[in-house]
Amino acid sequence: MSRPRKQVHLAAHFPGVNNTTVWSDPRAGSHIEFDSFVHFARTAERGLFDFLFLAEGLRLREQHGRIYDLDVVGRPDTFTVLAALAAVTEHLGLTGTINSTFNEPYEVARQFATLDHLSGGRAAWNVVTSWDAFTGENFRRGGFLPQQDRYSRARAFLHTAHELFDSWPEDAVLADPGTGRFLRDARAGAFEHRDRHFDIHGRFNVPRGPQGRPVIFQAGDSEEGREFAAADADAIFSRHSTLDEGRAFYADVKGRLARYGRPPEDLLILPAATFVLGDSDADARERAHEVRRAQVSGQTALRFLEQVWNRDLSGYDPDGPLPEIDPRVGEHTVAQGRAQVRMFRDPLATAREWRERAAGKQQSIREFVIESTGRQTFVGSPATVAEQIDSLVQADASDGFILVPHLTPTGLDEFVDRVVPLLQERGVHRTAYEGATLRDNLGLPRPAPVTGAGHREAS
Amino acid sequence: MPTTRSPLHLAVDLDGAGHHPAAWREPGARPNELFDSAYWLDLATEAGRGLLDFVTLADGLAPQSARPGEPDARTDQVRGRLDAVLLAARLAPRVRSLGFVPAATVTHTEPFHLSKAVATLDYVSRGRAGLLAQVSGDAAEAAHFGRRDPASLADPALLDAEAGDWIEVLRRLWDSWEDDAEIRDTVSGRFVDRDKLHYVDFSGPHFSVKGPSITPRPPQGGPPVAVAARDESGLRLGGRSADVVFTAPRSDAQAAAAVGTVRAAQAEAGREHETVHVLGELVVYLDATASAAAERLARLDALDGSRQEEGPEVFTGTPAGLADLLLDWAQTGLTGYRLRPGVLAHDLSAITRGLVPALQRRGAFRAAYPGGDRTLRDLLGLPRPANRYTVRRALQAI
Repeated sequence: MSRPRKQVHLAAHFPGVNNTTVWSDPRAGSHIEFDSFVHFARTAERGLFDFLFLAEGLRLREQHGRIYDLDVVGRPDTFTVLAALAAVTEHLGLTGTINSTFNEPYEVARQFATLDHLSGGRAAWNVVTSWDAFTGENFRRGGFLPQQDRYSRARAFLHTAHELFDSWPEDAVLADPGTGRFLRDARAGAFEHRDRHFDIHGRFNVPRGPQGRPVIFQAGDSEEGREFAAADADAIFSRHSTLDEGRAFYADVKGRLARYGRPPEDLLILPAATFVLGDSDADARERAHEVRRAQVSGQTALRFLEQVWNRDLSGYDPDGPLPEIDPRVGEHTVAQGRAQVRMFRDPLATAREWRERAAGKQQSIREFVIESTGRQTFVGSPATVAEQIDSLVQADASDGFILVPHLTPTGLDEFVDRVVPLLQERGVHRTAYEGATLRDNLGLPRPAPVTGAGHREAS
Repeated sequence: MPTTRSPLHLAVDLDGAGHHPAAWREPGARPNELFDSAYWLDLATEAGRGLLDFVTLADGLAPQSARPGEPDARTDQVRGRLDAVLLAARLAPRVRSLGFVPAATVTHTEPFHLSKAVATLDYVSRGRAGLLAQVSGDAAEAAHFGRRDPASLADPALLDAEAGDWIEVLRRLWDSWEDDAEIRDTVSGRFVDRDKLHYVDFSGPHFSVKGPSITPRPPQGGPPVAVAARDESGLRLGGRSADVVFTAPRSDAQAAAAVGTVRAAQAEAGREHETVHVLGELVVYLDATASAAAERLARLDALDGSRQEEGPEVFTGTPAGLADLLLDWAQTGLTGYRLRPGVLAHDLSAITRGLVPALQRRGAFRAAYPGGDRTLRDLLGLPRPANRYTVRRALQAI
């Protein structure tokens, strides 16, 4: 039995504010200046990528009550950079991570509808949630949202935004000077939404954008996050990039779509992936190790353990063994503003397991952290990496990858120059943009407008 | 008549097809393109051709309406707008030298978000960003957010007080990174010197903001903040908090009074040594003869079925006549003007190709943009502000 080879979707994640990004390399440039974004976006467009992806965090990270200073710190405003990039690119999708907790639907819907107009239909929204009082300290309402309500608010927020996007019929603007009719109907933009999170009504003031609605991404991995994606997202930014984990995640999430009346191809699974290329596989492995050492200094390794141990470990030698002392259990107080600390649900067990693993291999703290965190997804010659990407996609471990380079702004250059042509030779990557909008290029259907209660609920 | 005078500062407001509600029906108005970047790019390019200081981009959190504060039922006027900050970001990389001053509404937005958005506009424009901070007491806009009781927004003085706090938070957040905070010190492994990142710790009746910003200090240090004063309270807000104040006088006596109010508020706030521009606002219809301009306005009014009686003074006449009026009123202390073209398709180029040369001939407007990567502050003669936290640290070190 054969099926047509799936096309590989590729996207470019602008290097983020974490230790994946290597700032100590002499080639590392500004992550704030617009020139860096222009270079990065144009490289992705040269490689015929589907879209560029920007992450966001709304408070600078802290450790021990002070701003964390070992990683890249600071980034520009997501919407504003994407709007400016629309001026210097023609086809590339522009995906922004925008928080549903510390924003309001009317404003965010205006911004995405505007971005969609200004980019000719290239806007995408990675909907994220947070609830913490730490981030809330920068906003009018503070940390107002109980943790268990964050997905409920996110879904309500997204549904409200959809009602706003849909509130202008496609043909609402006549703009006919002869008859003097600008609007077909004076009620263009009328909306009314009432639920336990939002009680708003009136008129939306941006006409429907070229895509109807922006492409919707979801990035959470929890049960609730997966269900949210199955119901409402066009694509998932996942973390499962290996064959077995990827296939399990892919099957799980795609399997949920039928309950919402959606075919499996309506949701794309796009894991984050890092890469290191070399002239040979051995050369790439050597370079990958150098990159890992640059990503994980001794200080970085200690700070990382502190996120599990929940206590000050600055007295430990990063070239010595893992701490014998146990993690401090209870409220996490050491690291603030990081999603990943929530992953360590049982710090005592995690610490025990890590100690045993490190001791078994006689690894120091730094060696252990280098090996056990953030190993690159793809390491090899261009031919090896192209083959791995293609096989993973054909094996339904994913529909493509969101590549996360470790250098700003040139980290994508080598991939575009050396791997993209091989994927094209394999017939799994486009040789020209086929569609006018991001939705077209991703092969996603154009959403039918919904009204009031028309949202998908599980059946 | 004086032989030397300080050159005027000149800005133009870009709003839909122009200030007149029937402007979209005029020849060349491109009403089908009001939501396309190409239309706006042509307008901004024309403004730059006229060597203007900046354009303002109008915005609001509800559709335009002929009935202030509530939706209307008209289908014969332009409805709908793009977000002005994003529109400015889309235009700035493609237009040189010109400043971009988008409008944003204080009352329903987060100062943290707007601070980083305008800082980022400053990065993508290489120092040509500004912000027009406006307040909203409209019940219709409040209902779009559902967070504030419209009755609490009825007092303009309270809205202006909140705007003062909001502008203060923007400025503190812009300063929350000292210019040299990013050190990239490979020896110590530190990317930033966190002693040069600052909590802004603002607390007021409407919001408290911790900081620091997530975005480093913008190229201009602080992009110029403008307010459009509609009354005494607005003028005083401008004097206390803004770099540029727009006022809409109906006479030179009103202009002089407005300038006086701004200067007094400036002095009360201890800002008397800072440059605060007071720009007069006029709606303009420009033609080869004064009667042609008046006839055009009359025709537009007839098309729309209304006469524009509220709002700024309306000038109908020739570019040379307008140049004389602007110079005459400038003797009241106005340092320039924000002009609102009645019909962008007609009156914008009449400004850039008629009024500007007329002012240049009178020695009252620049003959070229200054060379190099000049900022909007440079064009406005505003120095780059000292960073309050750098100053504080220097004082503590003494």
